[in-house]
Amino acid sequence: MLRYALKRLLSLTLSLAVASVVIFAVIEVAPGDPASFMLGVNAQADTLAALRAELGLDVSKVERYFNWVGGMLVGDFGTSYTYRTPVSQMIADRLWVSLPLALYALTLSTLIAFPAGIYAAARRGKPGDVAVMGATQLGIAVPNFWFAMMLVLVFAINLRWFNAGGFAGWEDGVWTGLHSLTLPAIALALPQAAILARVMRSALLDILAEDFMRTARAKGLSRRQALWRHGVRNALIPVLTIIGLQFSFLLAGSIIIEQVFYLPGLGRLVFQAISARDLIVVESVVMLLVFAVIMVNFLVDLAYAAVDPRLRSRT
Amino acid sequence: MNRNLILGAALSSLVLLAALVSFVWTPFNHAALDIPAKLQPPNAQHWFGTDHFGRDMFSMIMVGARTSIAVALVAVGIGMVLGIPMGLTAAARKGSWLDEFIMRGNDVVFAFPSLVIAILITAVFGAGAINAIIAIGIFNIPVFARITRGAALSLWEREFILAARVSGKGIARISAEHILPNVANLLIVQGTIQFSLGILAEAGLSYVGLGAQPPTPSWGRMLADAQTMVSFAPHLALIPGVAIIVTVLGLNLLGDGLRDWLDPRIRVARA
Repeated sequence: MLRYALKRLLSLTLSLAVASVVIFAVIEVAPGDPASFMLGVNAQADTLAALRAELGLDVSKVERYFNWVGGMLVGDFGTSYTYRTPVSQMIADRLWVSLPLALYALTLSTLIAFPAGIYAAARRGKPGDVAVMGATQLGIAVPNFWFAMMLVLVFAINLRWFNAGGFAGWEDGVWTGLHSLTLPAIALALPQAAILARVMRSALLDILAEDFMRTARAKGLSRRQALWRHGVRNALIPVLTIIGLQFSFLLAGSIIIEQVFYLPGLGRLVFQAISARDLIVVESVVMLLVFAVIMVNFLVDLAYAAVDPRLRSRT
Repeated sequence: MNRNLILGAALSSLVLLAALVSFVWTPFNHAALDIPAKLQPPNAQHWFGTDHFGRDMFSMIMVGARTSIAVALVAVGIGMVLGIPMGLTAAARKGSWLDEFIMRGNDVVFAFPSLVIAILITAVFGAGAINAIIAIGIFNIPVFARITRGAALSLWEREFILAARVSGKGIARISAEHILPNVANLLIVQGTIQFSLGILAEAGLSYVGLGAQPPTPSWGRMLADAQTMVSFAPHLALIPGVAIIVTVLGLNLLGDGLRDWLDPRIRVARA
C-alpha cells in the first residue's frame, strides 16, 4: 500500500508541476504588460519600471515561474494587479462562498441520488424503475444554470421563499448563510444527482447478480434485508469514487451558478479578473481549481486502493 | 430497433433539421428588430413570442441551433482526431515510455474542466465561439484517448491481431486496419455523449459570456439576456432552455440506443 501511495504521490506531484507550467505558459502568451495596462498609455518610464519591479515583472520568465510556484507553496499567490491586495486573501474570502456551496450541493445530490438509485435497482424493470430512470435522463439534460433561473422564477419571484440572488454572509449565523445558498445548491445538485442515481443503480444491479447475494437470500434474509446489509454496502465503493470526482466538477460548476445568483464566490472573482485583465488572479484561481481536481482524484485513488487491494498492483 | 434509439434519433434530427433549414428559411429575419412588437408571448404570428428587441424567438432558436451544433460537433472532431491516434499509439506501445507519456499527459489535461480551459483561453485571447470550440475540444481529447486505449488494449491480446502480426503487418497498419474498425462502435457512442456534453458546455460558456458573441445567436446567450426579464417574460428563459434540453436528451437517448443496438451482447441479453 505504501509503495502504491508513494507512486501515486509522485505522479500527483508531476501532474501538478506540468499543469502549473501549462497555466503559466498560457497566461504568459497574453499580449500586453500588466504594469502599462494599470498605469495607462501616458505613464512615465520610471514609474512603469518601479511598478514592474513591485509586481515582480522585472525578472526573467523562468525566474517569475519559480517565484509564482514557490510563493504558492507557502500560501503567497502574489498581489492582484487591480486591487493591490494579496491574491491569497481574495481567494480565501471567495472560498467561503464557493466551498460551502459545493459541499452543500454534494450533500443534496447524495441525499437525492442514494434513495432514487436504490429504489430503481430494487424495482428493476418495473414502472418505478422506469420513472426514476426517465427522470435521471431528463436531469442530465437540464443545464444547471437554466434550472437555477427556473428555481428563482418559482421560489424567489412567485413564492418569495428565498432571495433571487446575493449572499447574506456567515456573520448572521450559519442558517442565514445556508438559506441564501439553498437555491444555488439545488440547481448545482440536480444534474449531479441524476448521474449519481444512475451509477448507484447500476452498481447495485451488478452486486445483486453476485453469488454472495444469493447466499444471503439462501441464509434466509428477505430481499430487503439482503439489499441493505450486503447490496448497498458493496455498491458504495464505485459510488464513492463518483462522488469524489463530482466534487471537483461541483467546484468548477459553481462558477456558472454563482453568476445566476450574483454570489461573491470564486466564479465572480475570476470573471471580474478576466474583464480587468488581472491575469495573476485568473492564473491563481485556475491553478487552485486544477489542484482541487488532481488532489481529489489522488485521494479517491488512495481510498479505492485501501478498500480493494487488487488495484494496488495495477498501474 | 429500440425505443431509445428511435426517440433519440427523432429528437436529434428535429434539432439538426431546424439548424439546416435556418440557412434557407426562418419565419422572420432572426436579427430584425421590431421594438413595438417586443416581449410578446407565443402567438399565431410569433410561435415562440418575441424578445426585448421584438426579435422573433422561433427564428433565433433555429439559428441558435446552428451555433450549438457547430461548436459541439467541431469540438468532438478535435477530440477524436487528436485523441483516437493517441489512444491507438498508447495501446500499441503498451507499457513503453511513449504510452506512459501520452497517458500521463492526458491525465493532466483531464484535470482541466472545459470551463477552466475556457477561462484560461478567454483571459488571454478574448471570448468567442472559436475559443469555446477549442476549450471544449481540448477537454474531449483525453476522453477519446482513454476510451480508445482501453478498448484497444484488450484487442491486442486477441488471436486475429496475432495473426495479422505474424503476416508481417506493422503496428501502425494493424492499428488502422484491425483495431480501429473494432473500436469504432464504442467511439461513435462516446462521440454522441461528448456531442451532448458539448451542447451543454457551449450553452454554459455563452451564458457567462465566454462563448459566441453578439450578433451570433446562441441559446446560452439568449438565456443570459432573459435573466433580468424572467419575472415578466418567462418565455424568454423557458424556450431556449427547452431547446437545450430537447437536444441533449435526444443525443443522450441516441447514444444509449446506439450502444444497445451496436453491442450484440446487450441485444441478446435484452431479448
